[in-house]
Amino acid sequence: MGDFLSMLGDFWEVARFPLGGLACLAGGLLCIVSAIGVLRFPDFYTRMHAASITETAGTGFLLIGMALMAPNWLVLVKLLCIFIFLFLTNPTSSHALVNAAHVAGLQPRIGPVGAANREDEA
Amino acid sequence: MTAAALIAVLIGMVLLLVRVLMGPTLYDRILAVNVIGTKTVLVIGLLGYVMGRPDFLDIAMIYTLINFVTTIAILKFFRYRSFQVPLIRRPDTGAGTGKGGE
Amino acid sequence: MAYFLGLLAALVAFWLGNSGEYKPLMLGFGGASVLLTMILAYRLDIIDREGAPYVRLPQLMKYYPWLAVEVAKSNWVVIRACLRADLDITPTLAKIKTIGKTDLARVTFGNSITMTPGTVTVEIDGDKLLVHGLYESNTEPEGFLEMDKRCAAACDPKEGHT
Repeated sequence: MGDFLSMLGDFWEVARFPLGGLACLAGGLLCIVSAIGVLRFPDFYTRMHAASITETAGTGFLLIGMALMAPNWLVLVKLLCIFIFLFLTNPTSSHALVNAAHVAGLQPRIGPVGAANREDEA
Repeated sequence: MTAAALIAVLIGMVLLLVRVLMGPTLYDRILAVNVIGTKTVLVIGLLGYVMGRPDFLDIAMIYTLINFVTTIAILKFFRYRSFQVPLIRRPDTGAGTGKGGE
Repeated sequence: MAYFLGLLAALVAFWLGNSGEYKPLMLGFGGASVLLTMILAYRLDIIDREGAPYVRLPQLMKYYPWLAVEVAKSNWVVIRACLRADLDITPTLAKIKTIGKTDLARVTFGNSITMTPGTVTVEIDGDKLLVHGLYESNTEPEGFLEMDKRCAAACDPKEGHT
């Protein structure tokens, strides 16, 4: 049993680097996806939704990947601190931004967007 | 693989820079700058891994906090045109005080 | 006093976790910086119930994994909307009433809505929230009921939630 556990530990020591690399790569691709969304969406309020992909999924995957590749426990503590700070401050600044835009009188675009676009082209 | 992730995040930052340059309203630009700040935190962390020095995470942690303060400060400045205004909601006027500005 | 000790423990844990140097000189510097921070916090008068919410930590620990699953689910929807060839989104504004009594429950609820991709809290006025959503289907008030209940259970004091 102990033999098996030590073998599992050795396997984990080898396997965590490719796993962490894959998670980092997934996070990076999600960052590109959200940037594409920010470029494509029609108005400010919808762009906000695309930006929140980076702030949740992108950072989540990247930080998990970095945690899997962490060389010692101090790095893990620092990554945990970054995680907590990011996930407490990002929604707050998003809300402050949207609320400022709303108070300043920026009107959101309501209603189906795709159909309107197709009518414009036709 | 970490280097590939780093390049992917940098491509995302460049795409967001396009939004900063052509954003129709002020808030689009602030949004893009805020997301670029979030990505900068990740880039600093990944750079530490690529260079084999995870000590960079200290800087990333500080940048997280600075990014938050920066966004709030920019928003406050463009709403009141001054940093000398206390951010306290007055109970008599309810939500959305400062409508129209000072 | 309990809040004071809680802040002290949090600061000491934060310093020890970030430093990695345990020589006496460095520990002395760490103690001095913790003491300075405590004095500043006392002068700013922020050592109160909101400054140290350790009492509700177990309940919040139960709430956040559930929120993570919700965030993952709605992430998938927004990613598909970003990458789809034709942009068929229907942005919607919706008014939602929350059952949270305390400020903390309302703030947690609004923050959770903002953190979930596809929905953003635009304004909080008393117990009414204005929510902007990417699709009409995910801004229905019924969809937020469970999140609201869990927020209230996690943050409100026991006598407040019936």
